[in-house]
Amino acid sequence: MSEKLKITLIGNPNTGKSSLFNALTGLNQRIANFPGITVEKTTGYFQLPNKQEVQLTDMPGTYSLYPKSKDEAVPFEVLTDPHHPHYPHLVIFVADSANLKRNLVLLTQLIDLRLPVILVLNMIDQSVAQGIDVDIEGLKDFLGIPIIPTNARKKKGIQELLEVIQKGVDVSSGTFISTDKPSPIPLETLKEELHLCNAYQALLSLQQSIVHAGSKKDTFKRTIDELKADYNFDSGTWQREDLLYRYKKVNELLKIYVHQRNEPAFKRRQEKLDAVLTHKVGGYLIFFAILFVIFQAVFSWAEYPMHLIETSVSWLQHWSHAHLPQGILNELFADGILSGLGGVLVFIPQIAFLFFFIGMMEDTGYLARVAFLMDKLMRGFGLNGKSVIPLISGTACAVPAILATRNIEQKKSRLITILVTPLMSCSARLPVYILLIGLIIPEQYVFGFLSMRGLALMGMYLLGFLSAIGSAWIFKVFMNIKEKQYFILELPVYRSPNWNNVWITVFKKVKTFVFEAGKIIVAISIILWFLASFGPPGKFREINAKYDSISKTHTLTESQVSSAMRSEKLQNSYAGVLGHVIEPAIKPLGYDWKIGIAIITSFAAREVYVGTMATLYGIEGDEPDISKLKGSMRNAHFDNSTEKVYGVPTVVSLLIFYAFALQCMSTVAVTYRETASWKWTLLQFTFMGVLAYVASFIAFHVLK
Amino acid sequence: MKLVPLSELKVGESGIIEEITDPWASIKLIEMGCLPGEKVTVKLAAPFRDPIAIEISGNLISLRRAEARNIVVKIMP
Repeated sequence: MSEKLKITLIGNPNTGKSSLFNALTGLNQRIANFPGITVEKTTGYFQLPNKQEVQLTDMPGTYSLYPKSKDEAVPFEVLTDPHHPHYPHLVIFVADSANLKRNLVLLTQLIDLRLPVILVLNMIDQSVAQGIDVDIEGLKDFLGIPIIPTNARKKKGIQELLEVIQKGVDVSSGTFISTDKPSPIPLETLKEELHLCNAYQALLSLQQSIVHAGSKKDTFKRTIDELKADYNFDSGTWQREDLLYRYKKVNELLKIYVHQRNEPAFKRRQEKLDAVLTHKVGGYLIFFAILFVIFQAVFSWAEYPMHLIETSVSWLQHWSHAHLPQGILNELFADGILSGLGGVLVFIPQIAFLFFFIGMMEDTGYLARVAFLMDKLMRGFGLNGKSVIPLISGTACAVPAILATRNIEQKKSRLITILVTPLMSCSARLPVYILLIGLIIPEQYVFGFLSMRGLALMGMYLLGFLSAIGSAWIFKVFMNIKEKQYFILELPVYRSPNWNNVWITVFKKVKTFVFEAGKIIVAISIILWFLASFGPPGKFREINAKYDSISKTHTLTESQVSSAMRSEKLQNSYAGVLGHVIEPAIKPLGYDWKIGIAIITSFAAREVYVGTMATLYGIEGDEPDISKLKGSMRNAHFDNSTEKVYGVPTVVSLLIFYAFALQCMSTVAVTYRETASWKWTLLQFTFMGVLAYVASFIAFHVLK
Repeated sequence: MKLVPLSELKVGESGIIEEITDPWASIKLIEMGCLPGEKVTVKLAAPFRDPIAIEISGNLISLRRAEARNIVVKIMP
C-alpha cells in the first residue's frame, strides 16, 4: 500500500482529543482553515509499525452529529459523504472514560453510519481515580468494535492503538439502533433512490436537507423536500427523538458494563477549586492577577526577544547593503523583503508568550471559568466571557489578540471581538503617542507627583478602551447574524497542565501566523518600500545631481548631505506624491502633506511614523535624536504660510487619528486569516478609518 | 411536587428535568446530557448571579439564566 491511510479523529470536547492527536503525530502537524469557514483543520502525519503512512485529521469537538451552525457542520459533512476529500478509511473515536454516557451517544451515530471505528477510552487513569469501573471486554463484544484504554497525556496505550490500526478494523456487524424503528418514513427506499450507503445516512440527509450528489443534487433535493412534506417531517423533533432514544439505549448498556464505586475525595477537591476560583471577590482577584502576569509577559518580557529580532534583522540589512552587489535588487532584498520578514518575525515573542498562558489556562480547565466569571459584564456589549483575554491582550498587540479569539465559540461574539480589538491602544502606538504628547504637554506634575504627560498617555489608553467597548455595542445592535447564540459550555474537570500540549499550542499558533499572515505582510511591505524609495525618474535624477554637486562645493559633513538627500528623495517619492495627492483630504484634519506621507508609510507599523518624520525633517543618523526631531516639528510651518503645523489642534487631531485608524497591515492580515472573509476585513478597516477621520475632524475644529 | 424553571433554583438546590421548552436550545442541551428525567443540581452562580453552573450526571455545565429559564424542573417540596 503506497496510498496514505486516512483516519479521522473525533470526540466530545474536553476528552483529551488533542492530547491523543499530539501523542500520535508530535509536531508533524499542518494547520489550515476548512474552506470558507474558520474551523481549524489540523492534519497530522505518522507511521504505523509496518511503515504505512497515516494522515490523521482532527475534527472540532462535538457532542453529536447534528450541526447547529455552519462551523459545526464540518464533522457531519465529512463523515456522511463518501465523496468528501476527507472521508476516512477509519475513525478513531475518543471518549472520556469518566463520562461515557454522554460520549457514547455520538459513537452510536458513527456505528449506525457504518463507519469502521475504534473506541479509545481516554483518561482511563482519571475514571479509575473516580471509582468508575468499565467492563471493557463486555462492551467490546456488545458494540462489536475494538476498544483501547489510553492515557494520552502520559502516552499510555498509544502502542496498542497503533497495532490495532495496523491490523485493520471492520465495520461492526450490526447497527446500534435499527433505523426503521424511530422513523415511519421508508428510509430503505430513500436510501436506494439517493444512492446512499445506509439507512441512517438517509435519515440524516432528511433531517439536514443535505444531499451530497454533485450533478444530481437538484433532483435529490426535490425528492427530499417532497418526502418531508408527505410525512410532515420536522427535523428538530426527529433530532430530539433520535438523541433521546440513543441516550436511553446507551443508559441500558452502561448499567450492564459500567459500575461506579463511591469516591467522594476527587469531587470534593474539584468543588473546593471552583469555590475559590469562581468566588465573587477572590475569583476576580485571581483572574486579574493572572491577567497582570500575562500583560507583563506580552508587554515587557517579550521586549527582549523582540529587540533581539529587530537588531538581527537590521544587522542583516546593513550587511546586505555593505557586502552584496549594489543595485535595485539589493535594496529590494534589504529594505523590502528583509524588513517585511522582520515585521513578521518580530511578533513571534508576543504570540508565543500569550499562547503559552492561554494554552495553560485551557489545558487546566481554568479558561472556561474565566468565561463563566466575565460573561455577565461583557454580554451587554455583544461580547462574552471569553472576549476578555483578546481585548486585554490587544493593549499589547492586536495580532496575537485576534489569534486568541479562536476560543470564542459564539460566532457573533467572536466576530465583534475581532472587529473591536484593534481599537485597544497597542504598544506600537506608544512611540507615536509619546512623541506627540511631548509636543503639546509640558513636563509638569499635578499635585507634585502625577506627570501631566503620563495622565495624557493614560487618557489615550482609556480612549482606546472606551471606543472598543462602544463599537462592540454598535456592532451588536447592527450586525445581522441569524445563527442562534448560546452560552452553554462545559466547565471541564481541573487538571494539572500538560507541558507537551501547551508547547504544541504555542508552536502551532506561531507557525500559523508566520505562514498565513506573514505572506500578506511581506507583500505589503514590498509595496510600501517601492512607494517610499522610488519616484518619478526625472525628479530623482535631478536630486542625485544636485547633491553630487553640493557635496563637492559645500563644506557640509557627509552625514548632513545624506540626510538632506534622503529627506528630499522621500518628499519626491511616490509616497511623497501620494502625500500631496491626499493633502486636500487630510487638510480638514489639520495635517500637511508631510503628515500624509507618514500616514502612508506607517501602514507598515504605526511606530514607523517617528522614523518617517525624522527622515522628512532631515534628522541625521540611524537612531534619530527625538529631542532634535521635536524641535524641528515645533518649528515646522505649513507650505506658503507662517502658521505652525504642530499646534494643539493638529496634534490632538493626529493623536486621535492614530488611536482609531487601522494603521497596521499585520492586523489586516490577521483579521483576514481569522474571519476568512474580505468583507469583514474591509469593514473593520473602513469602520476604523471613518471613525478616525470624523473624530479627528471634530477635535481639530473644536480646538481651532 | 412542583414544576418551576431551572433559573428559579438557588445554589445547592436540585430538581428532576421535566421538559425543555425552547426547541433549538433543547438539541444543544440534550446533546450535553440535559435529558428529561435526569437529576440536575445548581452548583455555582457567577458574580451578579449570572450565568449559573449546573451539575448533571457528573458534568458541570455553565449556562445563562435566560437559557435556564427554558428548562422546566420538578422539585419535591
